[in-house]
Amino acid sequence: MHIEVRNLNKSFGNHQAVNDVSFTIERGKLIGLLGPSGGGKSTLLRILAGLETPDSGDIFIDGKRVNDVQPQLRGIGFVFQNYALFKHMNVFDNIAFGLTIRKMGKAEIKDRVHELLDLTGLRGFEHRYPNQLSGGQRQRVAFARALAPRPNLLLLDEPFAAIDAKVRKELRTWLKSLIAEIGITSIFVTHDQDEAVEVADEMLIVQQGKLEQQGSPIHIYTDPRTAFVAGFIGNSSVVEQPGSLRGFENTAYGAGARAIIRPEFVEVGRKNEIPFPSAAEKGKVRHVFFRGAHLELDVEIGDNRLSAHRSLDQEPLQPGEEVVVLIHRLYVISEESATMVENPLKVDPLPVHI
Amino acid sequence: MTSSPKKKAKPRSVLPGFGLSLGFTVFYLSIIVIIPLIGIFVKTSGLTPGQFWDTVSNARVVASYKISFLTSFYAALINLVFGLLIAWVLVRYQFPGKKIIDSLIDMPFALPTAVAGISLTAIYAPNGWVGQLLEPLGIKVAFTPLGITLALIFIGLPFVVRTVQPVLQDLDNEVEEAAVMLGAFRWSTFRRVVLPELIPPLLTGFALAFARGIGEYGSVVFISGNMPMKTEIAPLLIMTKLEQFDYRGATAIALVMLVASFLLLLLINYLQWRSNRRVVSA
Repeated sequence: MHIEVRNLNKSFGNHQAVNDVSFTIERGKLIGLLGPSGGGKSTLLRILAGLETPDSGDIFIDGKRVNDVQPQLRGIGFVFQNYALFKHMNVFDNIAFGLTIRKMGKAEIKDRVHELLDLTGLRGFEHRYPNQLSGGQRQRVAFARALAPRPNLLLLDEPFAAIDAKVRKELRTWLKSLIAEIGITSIFVTHDQDEAVEVADEMLIVQQGKLEQQGSPIHIYTDPRTAFVAGFIGNSSVVEQPGSLRGFENTAYGAGARAIIRPEFVEVGRKNEIPFPSAAEKGKVRHVFFRGAHLELDVEIGDNRLSAHRSLDQEPLQPGEEVVVLIHRLYVISEESATMVENPLKVDPLPVHI
Repeated sequence: MTSSPKKKAKPRSVLPGFGLSLGFTVFYLSIIVIIPLIGIFVKTSGLTPGQFWDTVSNARVVASYKISFLTSFYAALINLVFGLLIAWVLVRYQFPGKKIIDSLIDMPFALPTAVAGISLTAIYAPNGWVGQLLEPLGIKVAFTPLGITLALIFIGLPFVVRTVQPVLQDLDNEVEEAAVMLGAFRWSTFRRVVLPELIPPLLTGFALAFARGIGEYGSVVFISGNMPMKTEIAPLLIMTKLEQFDYRGATAIALVMLVASFLLLLLINYLQWRSNRRVVSA
């Protein structure tokens, strides 16, 4: 195990920012630390870096306890949300900073900086000052600067938050391939699940200071372990009384159980479009949103509102139209757990044998 | 056609009132600053070049220039160091009485300079509270250039503190943390990351304190003792000339000070522009 965290706690006044968090990370993995804003992700990252001191708990890097090691000596690279570049230094000096501090030789520094300039595609910009660069370029400088002293671990705090949408997408792909190329263990904080799903090898879902679940994006998506994760991941609708939905009347529910339904679990269409009419029920389209590659429908069934997708190839539905809604599956959520339930009526009641 | 084709659309600035505000600025500066300064030139021009040279190269006058510029320079230098320290403490740390200390900084602005001069003299004179402690050590403060410097430190104190404070306050904490994560310990973080950002306000504060020191009169005349060739400052010499109705002589001395101060401030502004250029300009 490269990184190991045991029973970490940190509070600011009455606010418990990190609550008994434990996890391990393998060498070379790219980890996405995902959760809602103010959920303690950044604090966790800062504790790993040594910029905050935990109230209790242990951090091990390569099996060595680093709680009492100063941040300067932990061998960690940190990329800040707003890059925190040194405004009075040009790109070259920014990247060289960590090497100059270590009193490396001039020639050696020059070689390493040029290597990083090539790696980050910043060659030709070495004499520019940070205010003469675009957001994406600044991000690359921050990244190169953090990598220059060859850290063991790279921490990135909301690395794409301050960049506009198009560049962000490019940078994500770039960052993922670059980290794979260098093979450095990295943890990045984000509140954007698309970003985490796309970039991370493994995700840590953090909410209110607690670690909810750890696993690969696919694993977390298909098998959410807690009510929070089931609701947080995907664009889910919550149904308070799942017993009222067609097909799920006879499922056993615990007291206070709710259901979480993702758009991709729901099929909406005219009567002849739905494969298992007996498992479906009537609904009404409330709104139709154009989402670029598909349409998003807001559908009403009794008192419940569900979100569903519809392909642009299919005949368009109008708001107010009566439709048939088939719920393929849903997550039943009780206090702590989430269980997936398939629609039991989705079997053809009258099989025709030829 | 609604508009004549000859009339070209004038590019209009988004901010209105440029002409009016610039006009007012020039007018205002003229009556407040430029015309009185021109008066100095006009008055001085009543002297022949020979007379002018005799006046300004008089040994006593030259000595007074030296005293004025040197004591102001040292005072501004000391304020540079300790002003930075005070600003640092006021911005970075929380402690009881911080608000009181913060408002004390402005006292030298509010206090009539003569009051400051008299109290400093009373304290540092050989029989004063501090003076009698320093006397046995062979340190004389009152009635020496050291005393003049002390008075100038007193009146120049707010400048550096007040120029550095807001910049220090706005410094991004993450920048220092970035230096820490790159392996820099406290001193190198301060020297390599924080200090360079503070150089422009430090230079401004220094220039203001220096300029104020050169022109200062009220607080200095008491503590300096005004011994010709030793502790006589140029502004006092000007006053003396005025009292003897030697207006042209007075303006001649003033003119030299004016030109010298202007050149020095220009130099400081240039240095500031150089250090600011990379950080601010696009």
